[in-house]
Amino acid sequence: MDDDDRVFKALADASRRFLLDLLFARDGRTLTELESELEMSRFGVMKHLKVLEEAGLVVTRRMGREKLHFLNPIPIRQVHDRWIDKYTEHHVTALLELKADLEGDNP
Amino acid sequence: MSSTQVYKIHIKATPQKIWDAITTPEWTSRYGYRGANHMELRPGGEFRGMSNEGMIAAGAPEVGVDGEIVEVDAPFRLVQTWRMLMDPNNVPEGFTRLTYELKEGKDGVTSLTVTHEIGDEAGLAEMLAGDLEDMGAGGGWPWILSDLKTLVETGTAMTG
Repeated sequence: MDDDDRVFKALADASRRFLLDLLFARDGRTLTELESELEMSRFGVMKHLKVLEEAGLVVTRRMGREKLHFLNPIPIRQVHDRWIDKYTEHHVTALLELKADLEGDNP
Repeated sequence: MSSTQVYKIHIKATPQKIWDAITTPEWTSRYGYRGANHMELRPGGEFRGMSNEGMIAAGAPEVGVDGEIVEVDAPFRLVQTWRMLMDPNNVPEGFTRLTYELKEGKDGVTSLTVTHEIGDEAGLAEMLAGDLEDMGAGGGWPWILSDLKTLVETGTAMTG
């Protein structure tokens, strides 16, 4: 499995995306803090964090006595540069704007 | 709230080559914000990140970032303080702490982890995370490190 595979695999799960969203909202959290936000066993959250860490999307640092989890945005940026920027950003932006227009209240 | 940002990137190069790319003006003027970094690589040594010509023309001070070297274990670990002088609004925010860690892995790939302890400086945190890229403030660490990787691996930077 190459690096992109690991990133896509890690992102292909709602719980893992939720964990990334939690870290995006507030970075540098302990397992206990993250676990309290999910309806899942501590072991389940650990497993998801491990997949995210292997994909490079989460980096852990030991600070004092605590192990903190940080969101590492670089793999997502690389996937973006490789798969979105290169081919389709312009079209995607236009389509997303169209979608927002059509779905919004504004004419 | 005190904040720390952590970035990790894998680069197909030796720790020494990446170390040089971080610590020498010849390299640092070729990627990211393209300013020449001058570092006295010993504890207590001076760090000066020079503005490039474009920045100076736009009114930036000659020394854009300053600080002090705290810890040196070449080519694996570098700790320094770091203070932004570029934007007058950021100067009172004072010194932050920046750590580079390099770890040699398999197949000639080295991981570089950058930990930036920013403190309470919300504006600086936004800039370093690349959130102000659309305002012309550059893409922060994700952009610097992606460019560093491209330059070290291919000999040519991402952007001209």
